[in-house]
Amino acid sequence: MAGSTATAVLDRNGLDALVKELTAQGRTVVGPTVRDGAVVLAELASADRLPWGWGTRVEAGRYRLVPREDGAVFAHTAGPQSWKAFLHPQREQLWSADRGSDGSLSIVEERADPASYAFLGVRPCDLRAIAVQDRVLTGGRFQDSGYAARRTGAFLIAAECTEPGATCFCVSMGSGPAADTGFDLALTEVVDDAGHRFFARAGSTAGAEVLSGLPHRPPDPGTEAAAHDAVEAARDRMGRAMPPVSLRDLMGESLEASRWDDVAARCLTCGNCTMVCPTCFCTTTEDVTDLTGDHAERWQRWDSCFDLDFSHLHGGPVRATPRSRYRQWLTHKLSTWYEQFGSSGCVGCGRCITWCPVGIDITEEAAALHDELAARLRQEEENDEGGGDDRKEPER
Amino acid sequence: MERPTLAVFKLASCDGCQLTLLDCEDELLALAGRIEIAHFLEASSAVTSGPYDLALVEGSVTTPADAERVREIRAQSRFLVTIGACATAGGIQALRNFADVEEFTRTVYARPDYIDTLATSTPVAAHVAVDFELRGCPIDRGQLLEVITAFLAGRKPDVPNHSVCFACKRRGTVCVTVAHGTPCLGPVTHAGCGAICPAYGRGCYGCFGPSGSANLPALIPLLHRDGLDDRATERFLRTFNATAFAETASAGTAATQTAATRTGEET
Ligand code: SF4
Ligand code: SF4
Ligand code: SF4
Ligand code: SF4
Repeated sequence: MAGSTATAVLDRNGLDALVKELTAQGRTVVGPTVRDGAVVLAELASADRLPWGWGTRVEAGRYRLVPREDGAVFAHTAGPQSWKAFLHPQREQLWSADRGSDGSLSIVEERADPASYAFLGVRPCDLRAIAVQDRVLTGGRFQDSGYAARRTGAFLIAAECTEPGATCFCVSMGSGPAADTGFDLALTEVVDDAGHRFFARAGSTAGAEVLSGLPHRPPDPGTEAAAHDAVEAARDRMGRAMPPVSLRDLMGESLEASRWDDVAARCLTCGNCTMVCPTCFCTTTEDVTDLTGDHAERWQRWDSCFDLDFSHLHGGPVRATPRSRYRQWLTHKLSTWYEQFGSSGCVGCGRCITWCPVGIDITEEAAALHDELAARLRQEEENDEGGGDDRKEPER
Repeated sequence: MERPTLAVFKLASCDGCQLTLLDCEDELLALAGRIEIAHFLEASSAVTSGPYDLALVEGSVTTPADAERVREIRAQSRFLVTIGACATAGGIQALRNFADVEEFTRTVYARPDYIDTLATSTPVAAHVAVDFELRGCPIDRGQLLEVITAFLAGRKPDVPNHSVCFACKRRGTVCVTVAHGTPCLGPVTHAGCGAICPAYGRGCYGCFGPSGSANLPALIPLLHRDGLDDRATERFLRTFNATAFAETASAGTAATQTAATRTGEET
């Protein structure tokens, strides 16, 4: 690639220049920044706004910012938002309709002009989550043109993970901590005796062009090896793991499990898990009229399967109990998503664990369901040995 | 075309909810163009007699006279909407439901025999059929307009009954419970305010009462963890929607039977 760079080493000035360059290209640069005691995602005026020197300590239902001596900028874990807040915004107008004085009706599509986004600091799990939402919102029968417009041409700068959190389990889901594809640039942060720097790789022509325009050093073996080792080490430091079985089958075999009652007693049905999940895509529409009755608008807004109205049909909600709603969430994420979209709906980012007020843990629930299924199968086997009957299929 | 008529009535309440109608400054002219304000004493002493197409009723039933009056209002109203925590849940004055009203009157008034009150403060729906309940202390302006415009258009108002957390996350607020350890009633509270308090770093006070699917017993241990002892928890839940939250608590099971029984025990 002439005039372009595949790999390089950047320092803080390089990151500054990166934000400046993307802004100069007319892009809205979005990245992590500190607000209200958390690392949130927001429009960045400059790289100074990044969370330099901030880490996070998380647990199920708990999140705290902690200062870091090393000044690292990408050493925090997932905050309460994901990139879907920008690509698939929480509320968006679809169209408006007006009735003229002669009674004629005119309907106008009302999509806001899409911003040209650059996302700085996209974690590997979140890259995967964006790919999942791409398939959901642009890959099949139900196209979301607003999403497509914002997604097309968005410039993604990945930040590989070297400091996984206690609720992370991307390794279980095959989505991290290294970034393989789906980015324009990937950064790996290295802080050691040789300084604070970023090993940068281009993942697209656009990425290589941007990289070549930044103040940078050629890649040195020391930095490359340190970056590689840090990501490899992160692989072994995941805070959590899914049971190492086919989660898809596990859910299919667990529809009548008693564990659902246990979790339903703890679940607030507050919907936080689906709101923070980077792949949850569900929306509802609101049709608003004004007082004159001659103007109407249709808006789309985030919804959740924890909402009673979500399954409201004639006569009431189909999923009236918290048990059925929690089960919908877990089985959709881990199992039926495959049938619909050909992959898991979970990328192991840990947000639903951290940001669940009561700390309900998707990995713990999956493990409990696994244990219950294993116990049931053992019991059935013993019964078979006793009775000598044909082996029963587990109930569906 | 004849405009439908609107009447606003008040029982035991502070007037704040009906004031919300006057607060609709930008929309007030358009509203007056579409609907004839036939009875709204807070705005005008000119009153047209019923029947009315749409009645907004604020306040709870606390006296025998209220109980009689609310039946008259119902009889005169085609579509009756109750507005605010008093009308939909009994309001702050429903704290008497947990206490002995006679004892209160004896203690407070020099001549308790002048006082003609009921032992409880109850929502309008406990007395007459209500077509729609709009929650909040006070109600939200946007939701009030939505209810009125929906009535005019003959459609169902879009007033979700999910939790405040939905609105809180949609607005991008950092969860005060998870990130700060601040007690918050958002997970069990009906949305409608736009999750104002968490956006300013405070826990939700439950102004809109229980959500359509509140699991209060599951929240109690969290409130304890975040520093509220049994008594503080009880006080937290005993505000404008005290009776509604108490019902939610007793509907729950084992985990927090304590919260439910306590509700009955403290007099
Ligand atoms: S289900 Fe939980 S861990 Fe999985 S992607 Fe969603 S938020 Fe992340
Ligand atoms: S888990 Fe629930 S909210 Fe998330 S995508 Fe599935 S149905 Fe929608
Ligand atoms: S699992 Fe947690 S975040 Fe999700 S609805 Fe239940 S209590 Fe809320
Ligand atoms: S701050 Fe309160 S309302 Fe907001 S998400 Fe947290 S618990 Fe829910």
